[in-house]
Amino acid sequence: MIVLDVLSWAFLVSGAFFCIVGGIGLIRLPDFYSRCHAGGVTDTLGALLILLGLSLQAVEMIIAATNSGDSVLPAVLILVKLISVTVFLLMTSPIAGHATVRAAWNHGLQPKLHEDRR
Amino acid sequence: MFVVASIGVLVTMALALTRALLGPTRFDRILALNMFGTKTVLLIAVLGFLAGRPEFLDLALVYALMNFIGVIAVLKFTAESNMFDSDREEGAHQ
Repeated sequence: MIVLDVLSWAFLVSGAFFCIVGGIGLIRLPDFYSRCHAGGVTDTLGALLILLGLSLQAVEMIIAATNSGDSVLPAVLILVKLISVTVFLLMTSPIAGHATVRAAWNHGLQPKLHEDRR
Repeated sequence: MFVVASIGVLVTMALALTRALLGPTRFDRILALNMFGTKTVLLIAVLGFLAGRPEFLDLALVYALMNFIGVIAVLKFTAESNMFDSDREEGAHQ
């Protein structure tokens, strides 16, 4: 299935691209709260795209196993594991980001505002 | 294509580690640590497919669980302890 392969390739490469963008944002943005934006947003999107690309590979494995008459069970198990990792990351990544910002705010960390730069 | 994805994830891990070493406040370090953990999950998943052994996904699942619980535990610890009070000056105004 060449279509699935190309789609999965595109998802994997764009996921890696968004991961690198998040890493650059983590280094270059000026204060903690803006770094949280870079980290939180790209964490979710990059992870989702990469795991989606891997899921398409698993779907391709299922199709190959069906065509050759082998047992489909191992490939289905891989797909189920990938989906559970995706769901778990989608739930926990925003929660962890929110908890980090909340802890920093309760600790008294102030965001760098425009008038601070002068 | 798995090589491209894993190189991208590795570069991101290096950047996050740089921020964890530089980080002016402890929250920067925790944020970078959280990102490093998520990227570890992705790297294990991609390397499993690269090596032709997708059973590595079990490890990725365990890493995701431990990373989340670890970050929450560290945040809870920093919120309640007075152990790090010496670095309260660094950008914090009560």
